[in-house]
Amino acid sequence: MNEKYWPLMATIAVFIALFLTGGFLFKNFLSTLVLGHILADNAFIIIAAIGATFVILSGGIDLSVGSMIGFVGVVMANLDLAGWHPLASIAILLIFGILFGALQGFIIDFCDIQPFIMTLAGLFLLRGSSFMVSLDSVPIRHPFVAEVARVHVPLPGGGFLAASAIVMLISLLAAILLAHYTRFGSNVYAIGGDRKSAELMGVPIRKTTVMIYAVGGFYGALAGVIYALYTSSGYPLAGTGSELSAIAAVVLGGTLLTGGVGMVAGTLFGGMILGLISTLIIFDGSLNSAWIIISSGLLLFIFIVMHRFLVGSFNLRGRA
Amino acid sequence: MSTDITLSTRLRALAGYRATWPLLALAAIFIVDGFISPGFYDIRIVEGRLFGSVIDIFYRAMPTAIVALGMAVVIGTKGIDLSVGSVVAICGAVIAWRIHEGDSHFVILFLALGTGLLCGLWNGFLVAVLNIQPIIATLILMVSGRGIGLLVNQFYGGTDPSFESALLQGLSVGHIWLIPTRLIVGVGVFIALWFLIRRTALGLFIEAVGGNTSAANLAGVNARLIIFSAYLIAGLCAGIAGVILTADTHTSDPVSVALYIELDAILAVVIGGGSLAGGRIYLGMTVIGALIIQALTTSILISGLPPEYNLVVKAVVVLFVLLLQSQNARNAVWGLFSWRKS
Repeated sequence: MNEKYWPLMATIAVFIALFLTGGFLFKNFLSTLVLGHILADNAFIIIAAIGATFVILSGGIDLSVGSMIGFVGVVMANLDLAGWHPLASIAILLIFGILFGALQGFIIDFCDIQPFIMTLAGLFLLRGSSFMVSLDSVPIRHPFVAEVARVHVPLPGGGFLAASAIVMLISLLAAILLAHYTRFGSNVYAIGGDRKSAELMGVPIRKTTVMIYAVGGFYGALAGVIYALYTSSGYPLAGTGSELSAIAAVVLGGTLLTGGVGMVAGTLFGGMILGLISTLIIFDGSLNSAWIIISSGLLLFIFIVMHRFLVGSFNLRGRA
Repeated sequence: MSTDITLSTRLRALAGYRATWPLLALAAIFIVDGFISPGFYDIRIVEGRLFGSVIDIFYRAMPTAIVALGMAVVIGTKGIDLSVGSVVAICGAVIAWRIHEGDSHFVILFLALGTGLLCGLWNGFLVAVLNIQPIIATLILMVSGRGIGLLVNQFYGGTDPSFESALLQGLSVGHIWLIPTRLIVGVGVFIALWFLIRRTALGLFIEAVGGNTSAANLAGVNARLIIFSAYLIAGLCAGIAGVILTADTHTSDPVSVALYIELDAILAVVIGGGSLAGGRIYLGMTVIGALIIQALTTSILISGLPPEYNLVVKAVVVLFVLLLQSQNARNAVWGLFSWRKS
């Protein structure tokens, strides 16, 4: 088997092991019902993480997604108050996400600013803007939201896929096609692998960088939409820290933060692992939320060290 | 005509000097503050200590400045430490726990700073020994640190994390002569670091390692040890800031204490002209960077704008400073000017 699949295989193995552990510890854990709930509850994080995967594959980082989730929710709720149909505000906000991401990408490339700092400014800007729009949680009362919440696609075994899970799976599929079957996708891998060589080989760096962050912005905005629909409200503090969970999901999914190595599909399992950990700890009932944070961190540590040694021994992309 | 040219070249040279823009930015903020708040420069003595908006900016900027000084050293090695906020949270929890156990003050102080060093040791181990990229290595403690803080809170029940402590009270609102204690602590940290970086070979080695690790290694510098020491310094600085911030709140709140302080600290370094590409340490400019960030926050508060504008203004100013530092953007602006003239 090609060694580039090793990190992905490890991720899937951990996911299955955790799921089986749950089934061993708790009755009724091994069911499509639990699986469907994990998919639905973590859909927004996974969607944000899919966008972050492209950014990280290119060797960058996007800290602004958490604030994007908060901003999109607040604006959606306030447009709802103003009588807009949710679909109209969703369309506007997705376009906004693309433009905002593209602007970040442009400044990063044109001014040669580290992505970390630029998207940090983006984090402050979007979070501050959501505070300016509204300081309180605003409910979204349009009947469309209730209709979306009623969508259930039954799974064999009594479970079901909620609307958020369906949107997530469709956007995952789109992202896989984008990453592995288009020229843009190959350019992302090329830039992440070796930026200078990519440039010499004729990869359009500026255009690709702008597009990468535009994709990140789009998925960030989509995550915000899903979160707002899921909670049927907009709250300016929503999504605080999600940028970290998204990055953690990407790393757990087998993508190297150094760029150039990884697969979009892995991010789904990375996000699911994070969701599985909190579900397990909630099922247990005797452990508190501190353990969710600590065990996610521990798992992150194990994966990072494992990646380090995979890179060292199999020479996935030369010396890191 | 000729004077015009020399003036323009001099301006250009001045614009290229790294200290110019941050200092101009700080001066501009202070001048604007003077206009919007008439009593801005007043310094009074109340209850035996200096009071005033300018003093307040220094007072509030200190924790970020101390963290940023440690960050500047780490960034000098081409690294980054994302975990400082979590280190502050863990230190706060350790302080609250030991106070509930009835330890004496200096033992508690010692334990808190030891916790900071321990966290630095962990980060240093991941980066220097396991060779993990710094942003990833410190992400681990950043993600799990606040959970560890919550766990430490459980050691004494965690139902009432608030406490009373004369020593911490002194660090928070106390003063020595007329000067708030934490300013003295901050100046002490600055001087100690300055001596360590500029009067011993450590600074040279750090900048060598940050500039080109393999070259430094070939020149006989033990890069591993140097990187280790940088993370220890960052951990200790975060520990000191943790003591001060815990003293301020008189409670241990691992979830929200020092939220985003790592981002503010990195910003302070970058505004001060430090490059994340490593190889340079500007301690003085880093403090200026931290002061700019705090001065901005204070000016928004005294200007009567709602505090929710704070983040947006901060983002805009950060972008502005970054664009000024970018050669490409500067060229574009100069190009615009010369195009207008002709």
